[in-house]
Order: sequence, then C-alpha cells, then structure tokens
Amino acid sequence: MNNHFQDSGKVLILLSLFISFSIFSCNSNNKNKNEDANADEEFVAAKDEETQEKFQTAKKIFYSLPSPIETAKILQNAGAIYDETLLNPVGNSSQYITNLNMALNLGIYTTDLSYASLFDQTQVTLNYIEVAKKMADGLNILDAINESTIQRLEDNINNREVIIDIISETLLNSSSFLKERGLESTATIILVGGWIEGLYIATQLVGDKPIEGSMIVERVVDQKLSVDFMIKLLEEAEDDPDAQKILDDVLTLKETFDKIVITQGENTAVKDPESNVTTLKSSSSHNLTKEVFDELASKVKEIRTSYIS
Amino acid sequence: MIRKAIFLLSFVALVFALPVNVNGQCKQFAKKTCKVGLSPYQHDGNYHAALLIEGEEAELYKTFYSDTEYRIGVCGAGNLSDIEFKIEDSNGKVLYNNKYEDYNWKWDFRLESSQQLKIVVKVPVNDVNVEEPEEGCVAIMFGFKDD
Repeated sequence: MNNHFQDSGKVLILLSLFISFSIFSCNSNNKNKNEDANADEEFVAAKDEETQEKFQTAKKIFYSLPSPIETAKILQNAGAIYDETLLNPVGNSSQYITNLNMALNLGIYTTDLSYASLFDQTQVTLNYIEVAKKMADGLNILDAINESTIQRLEDNINNREVIIDIISETLLNSSSFLKERGLESTATIILVGGWIEGLYIATQLVGDKPIEGSMIVERVVDQKLSVDFMIKLLEEAEDDPDAQKILDDVLTLKETFDKIVITQGENTAVKDPESNVTTLKSSSSHNLTKEVFDELASKVKEIRTSYIS
Repeated sequence: MIRKAIFLLSFVALVFALPVNVNGQCKQFAKKTCKVGLSPYQHDGNYHAALLIEGEEAELYKTFYSDTEYRIGVCGAGNLSDIEFKIEDSNGKVLYNNKYEDYNWKWDFRLESSQQLKIVVKVPVNDVNVEEPEEGCVAIMFGFKDD
C-alpha cells in the first residue's frame, strides 16, 4: 500500500513538473508574462527585439477560398437554373472510403446541398445533408453535422434563410475543427472539392451556348482570381500526399486560366451616406474565347469525374 | 500499474488538449461574437481566426464578386485594444481604413467588378502595458447578400 502511494507520489511530482514546464512553455512562446519583474533593462530590450523579430518573420497570412455556399450563391445570382442531373448522386457516397475521397466529396456534396437549397429543393436538400454528414463522420469531424442539425433542418425545411444558416454553421464547424487540429490541408481539400463542383455546374449549364453576354461565364472567368490562393494553400501542405495530388489538378486548371487575361481598372471607393455601403467603382475586361472556355470545361469535367468516381 | 498508466495517459491527453481548448475558445468567440454581428448578411461558412499578440499583424486575401454585397467583420477579444484593419486592392491602393471610422469592426461594400482584395489586420500595442503584450483571439469573417 505504501509503495503504491510512493509510486503515485512520484508520478504526481513528475506530472506537476511536466505541467509547470508545459504551461511555462506555452506562455513564454507567446508572451513574456512570466519574466522576472526584476530583470535588468538590457535583458528586456533583447527580448523585445526578439519578439519584434518574431512578429516580422511570423506574420500570419490567410487565403480565403470561395465556400460552397458562396459558390452556389454566385451561380444563382448569375442567373443559373436548377438542374438536378448535374449533382453527384447520393448513391455514390458508399464508394468513398479514403480520407481524400471523403474530403473532396464533403465539399462536392455541400456545394450540391447549397445549390439545391437555394432553389428550394427541399427533399434533395434533406438527402444531401445526410450524405454530407456521412462524409464528415467518415473524416471524424465530430459534431459538424449531428442529429440535431438534421432535425433543425427538417423543422425549417421551407425557410431558405435558416437552411443556409445551418449549412454555414456546418461549414464553420468542420473548418474550425480541422484547423484546431492542424489539419488545414483537409479543410483546403474540402473547399477545393466544393469549388470544382461549382465550376462543373457552371460550365455544364453554359454548355454549347455562346459565351458572350453570359453572366455565368463571367463568374467562371472570375475563378481565375482564386486559383493562385488554392495553389499557395496546397503547396503549404507539402507533407500531405493527398494535397499534392489535388495540387496537380489545380495546376492543370491554372494552365488554362492563364490563357485568360483580366484587365482591372482603377478602384474608386464611394460611400453611400444613407446605407453606409461603399461601392468600389471600377471596370474590368477579359479576353476569354469559346475555345479556351471549352478547354476549361473539359478539364473541369475530367477532374470532377475522377473525384466522384 | 494500470492506474498509473491511465493517469499518465489522461495527463498526456490533457497536455495535448490544451492548445485545442485555446483554439476552441477562439472558435466560440468567432461564432458567438463575430458571426452573429454579420446579420443581416449571410455568413459564408469560412473560418479565419487566430491568436494574435499586441503589435502583431495578419493579412487575408480573398476574391470578391460583383453583383454581391459584402460585410467584412474583424473582431478582437475583449482584452485587446480596438483592432485596426484596412482593405487594399491588388495595386496596393487603400480602399478603407477603420482607423478613420472610429475603429468600426465591420465594413459593408459592393463591387462593380470582381477582384482580389487584401485585408490587413493589426492589433495595436497598448502604450500602458508595452512589456506585457496581451494576446487574444482575432476573427475575420465575411457575410454576403444579394446586391
């Protein structure tokens, strides 16, 4: 019995030391709160310089990719129609067993879900939240979409605003869950999957129609502006082979996007004093040809097919 | 022996959970404070939040689309001074700086043409407490609605 207590005591002492060390390490990494109040000025100055240097070298840089909701909203605003045949069938969900497939298709299904909900497709919305949950569960993203989420969705199935809010919440939960655990590359892959799905729907809706005057085509061209962000985020995940595979696909798309030249005019910010909304007045133009559009559509279809197969 | 093992494992789990808890608090702050304030704009679902120290800067790049009205919200935890943020276009032209708007935490805007913008966020140094800079959560969130 005594031995048991002695052993426990040793363990407790070791744990206490470890806890103290861990807490000290955490704080001293970010702050100097535990410094001795009587430290001489020279030491404080040296620490300040070190801290300043750290700020300069470790400036946090974020790249925000279009979310599935934003992608679907952009499509709707551009005058897209609803075409259910363009969605990834829910029946495909059982074949996604790798983390890569589940992450890509969580993004794809969330874009489909957002697209369907914006067009008030209630039953499709319910079907797609179920498969999105299946993908999130498969990735062990705890509680991103739980039973109460689905219940809330069912209770508000005719309230588009609440549905979009629920989808937004599930995206936020997934993204924050992954980022908190250092799985940023999985969060990026989910967004790339959703983005590819949006591009697929957009390019398929245009099909063989003329590109001139099409708002959907304009939004497709705009995607060139996000490609470099995707590449930077995927390049940062150099240790993740899944991210590197997806990077190859995005680089293939970049080759085609690089054939499009966008000319951006100067911005002038004008604030409406009544609404407090500022308008960034500027013009832009591009040189997209039907040939380049078709090349892009073909590549997007090929990549998307490989993701959902 | 089994007890010790359980004890040790629990402890290791606790140590590894510490940073997750800190970030979890950041998520709760982003959800409960910043996201709520985006209304009536619809949050886009993206999550950008980090622990920043006074004096530290962060940059965020994003593509914004024409025909959509946006709200950018930059929220800092209560222990931090008012957060500064400015918006620059791809030519480096400053389009907005909240320093001249009483450190308003949000900015509503629309664009006539789609483009990339940069959001530069800075946590000002508190002159009273230079040697012990505060650290807190800063969240950058976006909402949109029909133009």
